Amino acid sequence: MPHLQSIIHPAGIQAARVSHLWWVMFWICAVVWAAVAVTAMVAIARGRRGSSTATDAQMARSVTVAGGLSVAALLGLLFQSIVTGRALDTLRSPDALRIQVTGNQWWWDVQYEHAVPSRRVTTANEIHIPVGRAIRFDLLSTDVIHSLWIPSLQGKIDLVPGRLNELWLRADEPGIYRGQCAEYCGLQHAKMALVVVAEPPDDFERWLTANRAPASPPTTPEQQRGRDIFERGPCAMCHTIAGTSAGGRSAPDLTHLGSRSTIGAGTLPNTKGYLAGWIADPQHIKPGNRMPPTGLNGEELQAVLAYLETLK
Amino acid sequence: MTPAEAPRIVDNDPRLAPGGLDEERRRLEHTWRSPSGLIGWLSEVDHKAIGRRFIVTAFAFFVLAGLLAALMRIQLARPDNTFLNPDLYNQVFTMHGTTMMFLFAVPVVLAMGVYFVPLMVGARGIALPRLLAYSYWMFLFGGLFLYVMFLANVGPDNGWFSYPPLAGPEFGYGKRADVWAQLITFTEVSSLVVATCLICTILKMRTPGMSLNRMPLFVWAMLVVSFMVMFAMPAVMISSTCLILDRLMSTHFFNQAEGGDPLLWQHLFWFFGHPEVYIIFVPALGMMSEIIGTCSRRPVFGYLVMVLSMIATAFIGFGVWVHHMFATGLPQLGQSFFTAASIMIVVPTSLQIFGWIATVWTARRLAITVPFLYAASFFFVFVIGGLSGVMLASVPLDRQVHDTYFVVAHFHYVLIGGSTFPLLGAVVYWFPKMTGRMMGQWLGRLSFWLLFAGFNLTFFPMHLLGLYGMPRRVYTYPASMGWGSMNLLATIGAGVIFLSLLVFLVNVITSLRAGAVAESNPWGGSTLEWATSSPPPPYNFLPQPTVASREPLWHPELASPPVVGLESEKRQVLVTAVLDAEPDHRYKVPGPSLWPLATAMATTLMFIWSIFQAMGLVWGAIPTFVCLVGWFWPTRGKERLAASPPTRLTLRESLS
Repeated sequence: MPHLQSIIHPAGIQAARVSHLWWVMFWICAVVWAAVAVTAMVAIARGRRGSSTATDAQMARSVTVAGGLSVAALLGLLFQSIVTGRALDTLRSPDALRIQVTGNQWWWDVQYEHAVPSRRVTTANEIHIPVGRAIRFDLLSTDVIHSLWIPSLQGKIDLVPGRLNELWLRADEPGIYRGQCAEYCGLQHAKMALVVVAEPPDDFERWLTANRAPASPPTTPEQQRGRDIFERGPCAMCHTIAGTSAGGRSAPDLTHLGSRSTIGAGTLPNTKGYLAGWIADPQHIKPGNRMPPTGLNGEELQAVLAYLETLK
Repeated sequence: MTPAEAPRIVDNDPRLAPGGLDEERRRLEHTWRSPSGLIGWLSEVDHKAIGRRFIVTAFAFFVLAGLLAALMRIQLARPDNTFLNPDLYNQVFTMHGTTMMFLFAVPVVLAMGVYFVPLMVGARGIALPRLLAYSYWMFLFGGLFLYVMFLANVGPDNGWFSYPPLAGPEFGYGKRADVWAQLITFTEVSSLVVATCLICTILKMRTPGMSLNRMPLFVWAMLVVSFMVMFAMPAVMISSTCLILDRLMSTHFFNQAEGGDPLLWQHLFWFFGHPEVYIIFVPALGMMSEIIGTCSRRPVFGYLVMVLSMIATAFIGFGVWVHHMFATGLPQLGQSFFTAASIMIVVPTSLQIFGWIATVWTARRLAITVPFLYAASFFFVFVIGGLSGVMLASVPLDRQVHDTYFVVAHFHYVLIGGSTFPLLGAVVYWFPKMTGRMMGQWLGRLSFWLLFAGFNLTFFPMHLLGLYGMPRRVYTYPASMGWGSMNLLATIGAGVIFLSLLVFLVNVITSLRAGAVAESNPWGGSTLEWATSSPPPPYNFLPQPTVASREPLWHPELASPPVVGLESEKRQVLVTAVLDAEPDHRYKVPGPSLWPLATAMATTLMFIWSIFQAMGLVWGAIPTFVCLVGWFWPTRGKERLAASPPTRLTLRESLS
């Protein structure tokens, strides 16, 4: 199986610690299971012959020993769990990169914190992080309970309306990891995924700078027409493109849509063909999502696509 | 002494029945018989008939929920499948979980108690039989209500846990969440009533001689479970009522914007939800003990440890609920307490497992019967689920595998391995007692092995799916995730399970028609249900036996005289003391009546009406009240007082 979302193929320190805990638990439990199974089979074989001469007192001793061994194994597991839990907490540090993730039915709003509000970076469904630096996610929800889970990097934490939860992680290997909502959140819970791109710090800073800039203005008449349709049509009611008059907040920010690898919260690859299909009939691919049919004709659709393609 | 040679308790002492046993039998049959015809069927109060109906109805819901599971397995067999649309899939998985938990697992284990507890404690009937009839009707109507709504496309779709805000007024559109919440009310009323009947029967109607420390382990299990029901169910009744109030009356229990809290729901729900698992599991422990003891032809090893383990499980079971909420961001100190409790609960269960293995080890010629196969599979299947449960108690690991297929694998290993396997074993074990015929051996073994193979084929790959990141409750997944082959394997396994259950059903039907006729004690069991005919007469025992040991049928040398002095012209039962079961007084239990059915219909009207109109609660209460007045209307004459004058009736007096 591929390792896009595997717990036992960690790419960061937190997930590595949990993966280690898993293997310790797995082997202890495997030994315990084998011991019980073998004993049960021997017992059945003996019982069938009715040959046992063991007295109840001897049996009581065996049961006591077995009970004692179980308690010892359980204490061992408890100890391992506590050790791992404490280790996970050591990642907290004040100079962590802070990213606020807000859950929505069924997409992720992502904001990179900055003391100067205008320097905050907003994107959706794709999170870029620098390798080797602690990341603190501040998690919120606007509607129902979601859960942010990027198995290669760390376990999940719920996004609960009215609460602020934190998730700490660090990627140690550059790569592209997949995450998914892990708390049932309604009709399209299955299609609420996200992509995490862990890259070297320099690449990350370049990405962040590029994403801080507003959208570049259109250069061709078709792109210009596309932007006009976007701004005056239904699109701007929900979507934001920084640098234009489109400022809707109830759907993913599209300022740098062209730089993202998926559309529909990890549902489809971000190619022109899929994007056209999505805009033409958003309810076909992800039924029930909040995007209504746009009612654009073919020419308008092409113009909007031409414009959206420029939003790198 | 081998149990097969054990003499019956029935005595031929002429003092038992002045007119002779045949005359006594005729009178008892007249007194306890159920009226014939449709009206008679509807007014039935015999615990065996109601228990049988409960069991059959619960298994019918089991089949429905199983078919829903088959639909899910077909949908997930390959990536990007479109067999079910997302809306239907979400309804289907919610219906599957809700049905299995509320309409199968809990009712069926309680129903086994309804049928067998009075027999095992040597009583003429169950306490509060009309209330029991009411409980069955409530269960049936609740289940029918759920499925009618599902067929009308108003099936609940928020999962069997129905978390707000998703199930709340803002995001739970239509009536779906209301249907779920009201179904809970139906089933909880039903379970609470059954628990009341069982507690009264066990504590006050044990036959003389059966002190608490001589109760069969299954009876202990049912006593423990009934108390768990009493303490767990109110939590979910309160929470589902709060949810309905939020949805219909605009209260804000779970609305964070108005000072409520969505996590309050999770606490209340899991304070019920985790004990619920043990409510399903503990009766199975009792069934395990009965089957293993009988097949090993020796008393189960460590009676006291077995009893204390069940009680400890029940207590600790109320202290582990937060392990369902480790990902909600609760304070860490609190979480570690629940980790410790969740790990601690393993200890009593492991002691029981070791006790059973010790029993089997020292068996006198172990009989590897079909019930024993089911019981023995517990050691291999349940233990996997128990061990993965220990892993889930660890906060760091749980935060990775929580809400993945690893958890799906875990709880199916626990619930099917820990409860359904013993339950099916118990069905085979008690089938001759209930029907008078043995179940077929060959088909029995075939369906067991098919189930064992199919079960592991279905659920073992799910551990791997969880580790490779597949979340629960997703209606599909992209091909690029690589989960296709394991899912296909699981679907094939589900097909094998389907086949095994089909064989089981065929076996039941053919055995009912043409199975070998069962004598009163075909397995050589030690407990009192084997001391009466198969199937038992409506009055359970002619004469009512008393006991002088824990395994009365295995100790004929300790045979004690039967109970005399119960009037055979009335439905009289003997009420005894809580601890030592000394005779206390005679009590007349009520006979057949249509009032329980009428009251259940009125209550159903009220419950269903109230989810459409708040005033339905008020107007619906009127017919309910009228029915209750009718039900409790005092009867005239001699039967005015239900209890006979409390004659202090001791065994010695009754015999002299």
